[in-house]
Amino acid sequence: MKDSMIRGADIVVRSLIAEQAEIIFGYPGGAIMPVYDALYDYHEQIKHVLTRHEQGAIHAAQGYARVSGKVGVCLATSGPGATNLITGLADAQIDSTPLVCITGQVAAHLLGTDAFQETDVVGISMPGTKWNIQVRRVEDIAPAIAKGFYIARSGRPGPVLIDITKNAQVDFGEFNYAPCQSFRSYKTHIPVEKSAIQEAAELINKAERPYLLFGQGVVLGKAETELKFFLDKSGIPAASTLLGSGALSQDYPNYVGKLGMHGNYAPNLLTNQCDVLIAVGMRFDDRVTGDLKRYAKQAKIIHLELDPSEINKNVKSHIPILGDCKESLSMLTEAIEAKTHPKWLSKFRELEQMEKDAVMQHDIAPTKVGLTMGEVINQINQYKADDAVLVTDVGQHQMIAWRYFNYKKTRTQVTSGGLGTMGFALPAALGAQLYDYSRQVICVVGDGGIQMTIQELGTIMQTKAPVKIVLLNNNYLGMVRQWQQMFFDKRYSFTELDNPDFIKIAEAYNIRSQKVTDRGDLTEAIEDMLIHDGPFFLEVVVEKEDNVFPMIATGCSVEEVRLS
Amino acid sequence: MKRYTIFVITENFIGILNRITIIFTRRGINIDALTASESRLDGIHRITIEVTASEETVIQLVNQIEKIIDVIKAFHHQDDAVVYQEIALYKIPVSRLDGGLEKIIRQHNAKIIAAEPEFVVLELTGHKEQTQELLEILKGYGLLEFARSGRVAVAKRMLTIDSYVK
Repeated sequence: MKDSMIRGADIVVRSLIAEQAEIIFGYPGGAIMPVYDALYDYHEQIKHVLTRHEQGAIHAAQGYARVSGKVGVCLATSGPGATNLITGLADAQIDSTPLVCITGQVAAHLLGTDAFQETDVVGISMPGTKWNIQVRRVEDIAPAIAKGFYIARSGRPGPVLIDITKNAQVDFGEFNYAPCQSFRSYKTHIPVEKSAIQEAAELINKAERPYLLFGQGVVLGKAETELKFFLDKSGIPAASTLLGSGALSQDYPNYVGKLGMHGNYAPNLLTNQCDVLIAVGMRFDDRVTGDLKRYAKQAKIIHLELDPSEINKNVKSHIPILGDCKESLSMLTEAIEAKTHPKWLSKFRELEQMEKDAVMQHDIAPTKVGLTMGEVINQINQYKADDAVLVTDVGQHQMIAWRYFNYKKTRTQVTSGGLGTMGFALPAALGAQLYDYSRQVICVVGDGGIQMTIQELGTIMQTKAPVKIVLLNNNYLGMVRQWQQMFFDKRYSFTELDNPDFIKIAEAYNIRSQKVTDRGDLTEAIEDMLIHDGPFFLEVVVEKEDNVFPMIATGCSVEEVRLS
Repeated sequence: MKRYTIFVITENFIGILNRITIIFTRRGINIDALTASESRLDGIHRITIEVTASEETVIQLVNQIEKIIDVIKAFHHQDDAVVYQEIALYKIPVSRLDGGLEKIIRQHNAKIIAAEPEFVVLELTGHKEQTQELLEILKGYGLLEFARSGRVAVAKRMLTIDSYVK
């Protein structure tokens, strides 16, 4: 054996360092122990955070990836360690989050024998990963990691899983790291077709009521400035999807609000009145479109999209513009005439006023005794930093927080959009915070979701990550209860919760906490929380049976968006 | 609903077939037949999938297949745009061999490719309609076993895969 040879486990860690990974979220176990042993030697070059559950590890890696734009790294053992990653993989896949997850596997000679903690994680994770591979030989480790990072971060990002057998981790091999830059079956760059740009520009120039929808593609493609320039010149009103929020500051004059089932009134309703619809980096999710048969049928549709399989998947586009929206948006800006659309824009503002009167008034300045989720978020807006990150879980609080949070900067929105994973927020907030201790990370979570991953309070305690946790407690699985009220005849089947004393839990984890039940205490509590140097747990007891409006009920058209 | 042939040009990696078939499973679409083989180029495999679906669905399937990292290219064609064949084998008990069967074998251009003391094996290559027709007839001759391959096909279009394999 040559002196230059090192263990496979060392190759794993040195490959991660070569990819400039700064932090690993993980949990040890039998089949990954050699890698953990190697980590002991490299703790100065790469940080490891021990979560309390593998699901916590992967959601933390997601939170880290979403705010940083870097690849999130996750480490777990074989069997249950690996299967606990599945929810996070599926979440990252549908929300295009770049991850590299490394799992240990039983030794190659035991594969297929039902060995202890053996599971076919490559098979199980296949539909939930952008790419995955099993590595059985030490010499294949570094190339697999190099390829994995390249795939995770390039093109439309996504999660990658690399399963490494124990023998490969303990065998010795040479380490010559070669980053992956391309390979023949995978094309990441699609040149933008000039003819499509020309056609689109002509359509936009002639349009009387053009309307732009932007999604997370703008963030992933780092095209925030290009989007703003396009809007500056075109004068077109723009609305954001859930994950697109933050790509454009909400203060932007032509920003008209949020799309989707619980988005704003005007942006949904007027989708069916525009004459040209420009969709940028979004995938026409059913929560955005409502009934597809009655979605923007009057409009000519221009779709700027990187992923060819998204073109015509849900909504047929008249002019598809394939490619990186950073390129296509600036080409389009060049090709269009400068315009303004004051009359069309005022239509949005009129409807916005209706929403303010009918919904927002109740939500942020309630006259009833009980606190609303909306007023909590509104108070947070008063004191938060411009670049504060909002991390939310799934349900009513998620929709309300998204509706009322004042997004000013890109990469400030971290939530489980496509998969709708309850339990996402707490670990994701931890991951977002560990990317940058100095940034405000506000984790808004419900009493249902927090209990799915509440053990991660332990990781917050251990890392001292100064996450601000805002628990909006209505003692219900609120969104399900709302649907039961509206569509199931108020039959509240298994949605009411007998909750623990959350403050005692926070205290047990040595996290500073406060409970607010009266409106008079809210402002001060939020102020205290945001200035506190360290993690903070704020429980706000809110109205038990409050609903989120506007709403487009399932099967309805965007124009049937209701205010009550 | 029409019959389509999907060609997939792919790297020869473990698990690729699984990645392709789950795209069909997830959408509840049945694969009528599937064959996988080496291609003209080293290390490149081609997979031929026969499916009955609407064109819209087939386009979605092809887009999703192409999205698989290790897939180089995928195409879809209707039947009239491909030249294709299938092979069928029929196992018949020797006791049923008679003049009638001989005539059938001749009429269908089938071949006897194996003869054992108890049975013979007939082979017929052609389109599914042809092999199916013979199957129906041979059911009357105590057919013991029947097996039919998936479609092997080449496109009529003059386009080589080389341009995609760089």
